[in-house]
Amino acid sequence: MSRLTRGYVTNELNIMTTAEQESLIIRRGSPWWRMLLRDRFALVAALWLFVLTLCFLFGPLLFEDAATKLNLRARNLPPGSLEHGWLMYLGGDALGRPMLARLIVASRNTLAIALSAVFVAMIVGGILGMIAGYVGRSVGHVIMRFADILQSFPSLLLAVVVLYILEPNVTNLVIVLAITRLPIYLRVTRAEVLEIRERVFVDAARALGGSRYHILRRHITPVVAPTLLTILTVDFSIVMLAESSLSFLGIGIQPPEITWGLMVAAGRNYLSQAWWLAFLPGLAIMMATLSGNILSNWLRVVSDPEQRWRLEDSSGKKSGQTDA
Amino acid sequence: MASFLGRRALHSAIALIGLILAVFFLVRLTGDPTDLYLPIDASLETRKEFAHKHGFDRPSAEQFLVFLKDVSNGDLGYSLRKQRPAMELVLEAYPTTLALAGVAMVLSITLAIIVGAIAAYKPGGVFDRISSMASLAGASAPDFWIAITGILIFAVTLRWLPTSGVGDLPYWILPIGVLMLRPFGLMVQVVRAAMLGALSSAYVKTARAKGVGETAVIFVHALRNACLSIVTVAGDLTVGMINGAVIVETVFGWPGVGKLMIDSVMQRDFPTVQATIMVTATAIFLLNIAIDFLYVALDPRIRHQ
Repeated sequence: MSRLTRGYVTNELNIMTTAEQESLIIRRGSPWWRMLLRDRFALVAALWLFVLTLCFLFGPLLFEDAATKLNLRARNLPPGSLEHGWLMYLGGDALGRPMLARLIVASRNTLAIALSAVFVAMIVGGILGMIAGYVGRSVGHVIMRFADILQSFPSLLLAVVVLYILEPNVTNLVIVLAITRLPIYLRVTRAEVLEIRERVFVDAARALGGSRYHILRRHITPVVAPTLLTILTVDFSIVMLAESSLSFLGIGIQPPEITWGLMVAAGRNYLSQAWWLAFLPGLAIMMATLSGNILSNWLRVVSDPEQRWRLEDSSGKKSGQTDA
Repeated sequence: MASFLGRRALHSAIALIGLILAVFFLVRLTGDPTDLYLPIDASLETRKEFAHKHGFDRPSAEQFLVFLKDVSNGDLGYSLRKQRPAMELVLEAYPTTLALAGVAMVLSITLAIIVGAIAAYKPGGVFDRISSMASLAGASAPDFWIAITGILIFAVTLRWLPTSGVGDLPYWILPIGVLMLRPFGLMVQVVRAAMLGALSSAYVKTARAKGVGETAVIFVHALRNACLSIVTVAGDLTVGMINGAVIVETVFGWPGVGKLMIDSVMQRDFPTVQATIMVTATAIFLLNIAIDFLYVALDPRIRHQ
């Protein structure tokens, strides 16, 4: 306890690094937004993600036309001038389309694919993990070996093969990315279920005649869900990077659809004349993934300290034992 | 211990076989290679002959049996693209990738251990905060973008390094730097967390009480125990390294396995795809077994299970 209080007094501003301080704040009952205000990095990350959400929701509606309108006089226009209107502030691409508008419009595909993929992976992985952990040993073995196969091979190569079979549209890209992320959710859910099923409240439910489905849905899901949601926030960045890599390689989303990864690939050909064509979309990817990672770090620290050991124990690789 | 290793080896073997099966049938779903390798106006006979020569006219299951028989004889088929044994192509490409990935992995692990250990020594300190931010940024960076930006800055603008290609030292700097970035960023976080746990444990206090020097406490007592999670993650990252290699080899024009694989899938060169995956999967299989042995060597608790 002395370590806790000392850390809290000497180092009040630095909330992100030490988990103990956070739990102290939680015990004092601070609302989450006040904790967010205390951590500058997390605050900036949250604000940025909020801006991206706005772009995601309203961007295509407002700027779809501007993003596809050609203006040959603004071809490869360097960023930083307001001469052609504020949409051209970040420059124009090889066909004179405003970069800013294109970045905003592309945010929808990029974010939508990453978000849907992690949610699909979480739901399917969670269900499979529950079956593996609760229903039976032999089914469990089959499911776990399936996870082994997926995990023992580089995800990008697997995605390349699958996307080559399926047509590379948004839906298929989501399916492929979800498949490559499945094993994480599957393993964590199974590990948790194996532990929870031995608890007294599950025994009680079983004794009262609860069916398997009822127990899984009513008694086990609520306990597993927070852990899965925490992993989801980390995974969001990973999936976004994977989608961008695929689009960059030309196997992901195809033009005229746009994503940030595709914009980097297109800009690559003009690297020596117009560096901003490849640089800006990449920066957008980086800022989004970095914000996601910062915020998920923050969330992990803030969320229930009682739950933290379980995530660290079952995923086993995100971190050792920080609170040993 | 033997049962632990045996079980792990069995699981890896099942995964290996499952993967090879999956890939064999998956690539055959990508379409008919005849369309790509013969001119559009090729006569029906020519097409039939081509398909017959490579066995594509037979049912997939039969093709697989033939494939298995050939593999057991050490024959992985001829590349459709290059008219050479597929195995030869793969073995030619592997040293490049292994050298690239090996150097990047060794460098990033070494650096990450040093940085992570120092950061964990004073949690919340200036060094810790800077390295936390830097490692987070490294783990979040899209590698293809870093590669392009690196080319832009160091090759196009400053002209210090070549833009792409294979050669002596200057050619290696950018690819290795890009490939290192993500493993380094992730490893620093893992090392830091593991060391934080180890440094606050009782045996470290004991070592200090005995008068062991701080350097020895960090790098001998604490690191040895933090090694388990480091090894786990390093194993995963090595598999992920192939993802990075695909990108780096494509951007920098390196004739490695990643590029070979992408090109072969694109051109429906089935034998080469299969050979690449066979070799890669076997390498990963061996790597997993090596990691399990390392576990046993590092953690006596597993030995006595």
